[in-house]
Amino acid sequence: MLWACVLLPQLALDGVLRRREDAHEPLVLVSGPAQARVVHAANPPARAAGLYRGQKLVAAQALLSQFAMVEYDREDEARWRRLLAAWAYRYSGEVGLFTHGVVLEVSRSLNLFGPWPHFESLLRADLRELGFRHRVALAPTPHAAYVLAGVHDGLAVEAPDALRHALAPIAIGQARLPAEVAQALPAMGIRSLGQLLQLPRAGLQRRFGGELLALLDRLTGDEPTPMESYRPPDTFEQRMEWTHEIEHVEALVFPLRRLTADLATYLAGRDGGVQRFELELEHCHGPPTRVAVGMLSAGRDATLLFDCARGRLERQVLAQPVLAMRLIARELPPFVPAGRDLFDSRPANAMPLDQLRERLRARLGEDAIQQLRRTLDPRPEFAQTSAPGVRPAQLPVLPRPTWLLDTPCPWRGPSPEILAGPERIETGWWDGGDLRRDYYVARTAQGQCAWMYCAPGEQGAWMLHGWFA
Amino acid sequence: MGQVLALDALIHARQVWHGRATPAPGGSQPTGWPQLDAVLPSGGWPEHALTEILLPADGIGELQLLLPTVARLSRAARQVMVIAPPYLPCVAGWEARDVVMSHVDIVQAGERDVLWAAEQCLRSGSCAAVLAWPHGADDRALRRLQVAADTGKALAFVFRDRRHAVQASPAALRLELEAGASLQVRVRKCRGGNPPISAVPLAAGWS
Repeated sequence: MLWACVLLPQLALDGVLRRREDAHEPLVLVSGPAQARVVHAANPPARAAGLYRGQKLVAAQALLSQFAMVEYDREDEARWRRLLAAWAYRYSGEVGLFTHGVVLEVSRSLNLFGPWPHFESLLRADLRELGFRHRVALAPTPHAAYVLAGVHDGLAVEAPDALRHALAPIAIGQARLPAEVAQALPAMGIRSLGQLLQLPRAGLQRRFGGELLALLDRLTGDEPTPMESYRPPDTFEQRMEWTHEIEHVEALVFPLRRLTADLATYLAGRDGGVQRFELELEHCHGPPTRVAVGMLSAGRDATLLFDCARGRLERQVLAQPVLAMRLIARELPPFVPAGRDLFDSRPANAMPLDQLRERLRARLGEDAIQQLRRTLDPRPEFAQTSAPGVRPAQLPVLPRPTWLLDTPCPWRGPSPEILAGPERIETGWWDGGDLRRDYYVARTAQGQCAWMYCAPGEQGAWMLHGWFA
Repeated sequence: MGQVLALDALIHARQVWHGRATPAPGGSQPTGWPQLDAVLPSGGWPEHALTEILLPADGIGELQLLLPTVARLSRAARQVMVIAPPYLPCVAGWEARDVVMSHVDIVQAGERDVLWAAEQCLRSGSCAAVLAWPHGADDRALRRLQVAADTGKALAFVFRDRRHAVQASPAALRLELEAGASLQVRVRKCRGGNPPISAVPLAAGWS
């Protein structure tokens, strides 16, 4: 077994930063009771000004006059961790959650994704894209990976024998031991994990109880680690909240890009797609505005999802400022990727046809794109439909025009010259729409060939129904 | 002047005008009308470019001119987009002319969105041909389509009224349909050659 640990040292801060466009503005997360607010985390511009974790908020305000403040939210942090677990699920079937990180079992994933250095670069590229700072380590046990990731970024220990070596120099304070143990051991002169592992087990058991021994066994791999595997939920829901009110739809585009990218990440991990999802815009008063986004077929490409949602959102008129936005996807149908021809003659950078259709539909309306097919009905008005269905076999060829008028209109010009006809269509008794017409092909004075009809047996009162264009 | 271009390549790209006619190479986008192919300098539709078709009236025979091309592309499973047509395409008629309708998308667009939709389709690179009926397109709008067609390597066809013939146009090929006793097509402008003097008759017919 090989475990990779992705440690997220700044998870709460990154979660807040990724929904803000301006990365250079100093920002801190604050926590604690109202009388004694402390800085929970500070972004690099704020740290450069001398702010640090654990500082009193009053002291921070004395150092820097202008900075953005966001309340630290434990629930929010847990949500980001779940999102990252969903992301990791795409690389491994066994994903576990630790307090500050995500571990995934990779020994089998390496067969699929290539050797560790390549796999590691894949993980890092994804995390950079998602906007989370991270440290990655590899070890034969999940606990060891978790501990090593905290000490050396990028450390990889593949052999179980080398693990004790790698763990030995780690200071007790960094070994993620229970708090009372971590305090007591240095007082006893035990400063590194190596020293701790060499102590007689019976003595340790007497002094600290069985818990510590079990933890050390799991750390070194002498005992297997019981792990509750992460299972992705069946619906996706993500919410973004701002400290200010947003009045224009344009300002929602950046957070929307993040939300749809998260949805795409989640779907990739689950190997699913989404056909319908909903954006909920929350206001100060009144019910939230709901924007439904529907697609022609299930998809999971981030650009496609963003394009669709953006088109729908941009047509939305905001009656009230928006405080928060929520993306909800309840139905996650299986995703079938479109097959592409190996000898495809289209340009390499071509946009997939589905994406083009969705983009057009987003702006022009849900029914803007049609594919017509024939039906078995002989009446010209019902002989074709845009509804999906089966295509009937080819019928015997009678002259049919290439343009058809939506509704026939009376012919106002001079009497046309008849080229062919009549073809009598007399049918439709079964649904009350019966008609009796004689159809002719006629040439107008302008030289157009028209498809016209009149009452049976007459050649006057022409109705124009199509053009042989 | 750092770049050295082979003369052959320039001549084959039809960027350089020749005083005398060169034998036309077999075009890779034949129009389906041999008489028309013979007079066009590229031996067919100009590739990755805009073709403007001027009409005296709707329904005069514009589809007769184009349906062989649409049929050829849709048979090869290439996508064709029909944007804001003046009437509904009659499926029986199109299929009788060999078009595979499952590769033809009809896009209903409002007056202001026709050019936008056409440009998106051309630029996407996933359509082989785009037929559009724009309202009030000026030469800047047409130039955008020309650039988009070049980017997406697609054939662009724009249908406009004959009264626009006096305006300058960035289209690589301008055809005017004339209906007299029989249907004929007159080449108004073609890139890479002199427009032929006489009009080309099309086999006018309704079947």
